[in-house]
Amino acid sequence: MDMTLILDFKCSGGLELLCNSVKIHNVSIDPENGVGKFIMKDLLSWVRSNLIKERPEMFMKGDTVRPGVLVLVNDCDWELSGQLDTTLEEKDVVVFISTLHGG
Amino acid sequence: MASTTDESSRILHEIETLKSAKFDLERRISALESQLHNLNQPHNNGVSNASSTSPSTFPHALSPDMIYRYSRHLLLPSFGVQGQLRLSKSSILVVGAGGLGSPALLYLAASGVGRLGIVDHDVVELNNMHRQIIHTEAYIGQSKVESAAATCRSINSTVQIVEHKEALRTSNALEIFSKYDIIVDATDNAPSRYMISDCCVVMGKPLVSGAALGLEGQLTVYNYNGGPCYRCLFPTPPPTTACQRCADSGVLGVVPGIIGCLQALEAIKIASAVGDPLSGRMLLFDALAARIRIVKIRGRSVQCEVCGENSEFKAAQFQEFDYEKFTQTPLSTSPLKLKLLEPNSRISAKEYRDRLRSGEPHVLVDVRPEHHFKIVSLPNSLNVPLASLEGRVEEVVWALKEKEENKQNDDVKVYVVCRRGNDSQRAVKYLQEKGYPSAKDIIGGLEGWAQEVDPTFPSY
Repeated sequence: MDMTLILDFKCSGGLELLCNSVKIHNVSIDPENGVGKFIMKDLLSWVRSNLIKERPEMFMKGDTVRPGVLVLVNDCDWELSGQLDTTLEEKDVVVFISTLHGG
Repeated sequence: MASTTDESSRILHEIETLKSAKFDLERRISALESQLHNLNQPHNNGVSNASSTSPSTFPHALSPDMIYRYSRHLLLPSFGVQGQLRLSKSSILVVGAGGLGSPALLYLAASGVGRLGIVDHDVVELNNMHRQIIHTEAYIGQSKVESAAATCRSINSTVQIVEHKEALRTSNALEIFSKYDIIVDATDNAPSRYMISDCCVVMGKPLVSGAALGLEGQLTVYNYNGGPCYRCLFPTPPPTTACQRCADSGVLGVVPGIIGCLQALEAIKIASAVGDPLSGRMLLFDALAARIRIVKIRGRSVQCEVCGENSEFKAAQFQEFDYEKFTQTPLSTSPLKLKLLEPNSRISAKEYRDRLRSGEPHVLVDVRPEHHFKIVSLPNSLNVPLASLEGRVEEVVWALKEKEENKQNDDVKVYVVCRRGNDSQRAVKYLQEKGYPSAKDIIGGLEGWAQEVDPTFPSY
């Protein structure tokens, strides 16, 4: 089963610098487990091995995002949809945002 | 698909109907409240305001001057007399009179807040002027609080402006915050953001929080109406390398301006009890793409260490908390001064000038990013940014070989310079490991050069 995730890899505070300064990524991912269910945890490891070009520690810590990064699935905090266990469906939009401190 | 569309239009219709009913109800409540207010207070008890000295002949406490000044507010059915009265009785504290605080303070003063406090310990600098629009050139070198207060008073002399010319610390925050109903976070660093949020939780005050950097901004309201506090969202501080500052990364002036205006708006909405404040939601502004996205964020976390159910975090804990240690970042904005190298691997700007004058054969490597190099650079310097030094170290090697051949000298030195003398040390460390033990960095970077050798050399 083919699954297309429209990945709006939106980055503020420098996250885009980790993937060649590209802000929006349109990607097509095949779930590896073959059962068709694809969760955020799978997406994070896919992003880490396919999109992050440098300093992965600026994006991830352990198996989740580093402190200070907000994850939004369809404009909603992933804390409300189950964090790493959030099930992703076709055409979902996932946004990673690094919190800003400047003023 | 068709049935889904039908279903959504039905829901949308219902929402519209309910909203209209809600609006009617709110208008009736507001009318009744004002009726009650008038019954309870048949005599004008005076808004704490200089211009309302004469007894009012109006059913509310707005003086003729106030009616005229705020007439466009009063003409708004959803704001009106009730909104203006509430605003005039409210007190708002703006922490930071910089890029965010400037427009926030201008609008809050103009809108007729009762008491407006300003906290900052900094002075106005020329490189603030492009975004900190409350300050004028005449105030360069003077206190930001004094400058901002003077502008606010010149816009609206009826607002009580309170100057807090000090850095916000755990030792003074509780006392300062206690005088205000609403807090606006217009600061520029992570430890201040945690400290302000925690203090708002301890004191039960709503917090309007804004941030801007580069071409992006963020805005939300914390600790209000069951919404999260800053720590619910960010329980663990980010690594210091992820905390960029405007002084390093740059910021387009109008970007904090827009976020600061939105902060004023949210503070006014809370103070006047009008509309839906941005609690439990976050506004994300992308200036380049001209896109504003409003996202739903988590509510108050029961496990939150500060505002959660079993939290023991009270005033005493707040006063003892070390925010600089917690975030690994200093509260003051003074730039970092690293000491990575032995003294014999470093030279001062003056020493470098002497070696330059004596004609000593050398290669000067400038390791700043390319867009910094384009602003200004020393003559005959070779730009190899630190981030790409590893891949471009050969360019340094070639430059050295070329010099050695030209000068018939196999002892050509390598000097490394950057903006302030931190990255140059990192670069020298790397070069020394790669077999150039004599590489040295220029202490204090180009800022040091401008201070010690050439005062006409541009600073940025």
